[in-house]
Amino acid sequence: MEKEQYQQLEQNVTPKPPYLKNVAKAFLVGGLICAIGQAVSLFYIIFFNFTEATAGNPTVATMVFFAMILTGLGLYKKIGQFAGAGSAVPVTGFGNAVISAAIEHRSEGLVLGVGGNLFKLAGSVVLFGVVSAFFVALFKYILVTIGVVSW
Amino acid sequence: MVIIFQSKPSLLAGGVVAGPLENRSIFSQYFDSVYDDERWQMKTNEQGHRKMIEEACEFAMKKIGVQNGDIDFMMGGDLVNQMTPTNFAARDLEIPFIGLFSACATSMSSVIVACLLTELGAANFSLAGASSQHNAIERQFRYPINYGAQKPQTAQWTVTAAGYALIGKHREEFPSIEAATIGKSVDYGMDDPFHMGAAMAPAAFQTIQSHLQQRNQKIYHYDLILTGDLGQLGLKLLKGMLVENGVKNEELTLIRDAGAEFYGQDEAFQSGASGAGCSAAVFFSYVLQQMRAGSYKRVLLVATGALLSPLSYQQGETIPCTAHAIEITMK
Repeated sequence: MEKEQYQQLEQNVTPKPPYLKNVAKAFLVGGLICAIGQAVSLFYIIFFNFTEATAGNPTVATMVFFAMILTGLGLYKKIGQFAGAGSAVPVTGFGNAVISAAIEHRSEGLVLGVGGNLFKLAGSVVLFGVVSAFFVALFKYILVTIGVVSW
Repeated sequence: MVIIFQSKPSLLAGGVVAGPLENRSIFSQYFDSVYDDERWQMKTNEQGHRKMIEEACEFAMKKIGVQNGDIDFMMGGDLVNQMTPTNFAARDLEIPFIGLFSACATSMSSVIVACLLTELGAANFSLAGASSQHNAIERQFRYPINYGAQKPQTAQWTVTAAGYALIGKHREEFPSIEAATIGKSVDYGMDDPFHMGAAMAPAAFQTIQSHLQQRNQKIYHYDLILTGDLGQLGLKLLKGMLVENGVKNEELTLIRDAGAEFYGQDEAFQSGASGAGCSAAVFFSYVLQQMRAGSYKRVLLVATGALLSPLSYQQGETIPCTAHAIEITMK
């Protein structure tokens, strides 16, 4: 059988990913995680001395803490298998990427194992996040300078 | 390339040890031991992997009543970098050893080399097999165990199992190995490491075809043709290729896949099982026991392996695959 013919057969046999179902599940779980995040944020604003602008940092830390507990108990991967992008995109997914790598590499010691591999998966998120933030800020700075928008 | 073994070396015994999740395998009743700790009470997954190999070898030797000192050679491999679990197991077993890597086809390439040594008269007894430990292999090829990435329906689950066979000179009362085919490295341009069945099916097809042609046989000459770890989709593709080649539908029922059947119809495992331990565990327990019981008289075992590395995948290479086969008969 020729390669092209085989690739045709492979296309026919392989089930198409259930995109609609995946999108719906990602929307529901992602939305739920964000709703919990919003509740945590309100908690900090109502019960502590935070404003809407400053509540972000403790909220992120709390959400990552939740992700850490769930990852350690082996539950986050199960949520991930169900929700896909829904649990990968929120900051809890970032936490899961860092924490799962830390658990995985504990056997090679704290420095070479955990330290060296902590950002194995999340490293590119940090890098490209910082780079794109820089360019967005630069773009806005130019717009403000020429007087199109204001800060 | 087909090798015919004039002396018909015998598959004297098999030792198969598996991890806790493999209790859910439909083959678990045939395994010698299903351990309830996936690390075998060792500190790391890799050490547990090593322990599992040692236990499988010990089970195989015990069945025939031989000791480590009676074994002339050990052939085997796994999927961890530089195959340290198997290398370290060989250190503890103190048996002359060559490590072999054919990815998940190592269960058969090791048996073929052991048969050649037996045929040569260099070995009275040799151990041959392969193994995989889920956690150790996943971190090698994919993500950390607890990373929440969604696996597609085409993905397969690496089993935790070690299977080793004891090969010796021909004995009438044991299954004997008549011939073997060493497969080519076949690449049909598949590049998805979460769809290994599709990459491996053409390799299995070519090896089966070339074995049957050169042996002048048809599929119906066999009671069973069992591939290693194509999974449900890979098996479908293999059958699709055979049908294109003029194989009749009734003959297709003789072709089965260990990986596709390993966990039954459990959807948690997507397309089925894979890993070097998958074919080794099923071939050296279920198949061997069925042959000794007389259920099968002539069987073709075809272990398939995907010859990729995380590096080759990241560099955008396609996945070459191989398949090695042995033909076993029972009087």
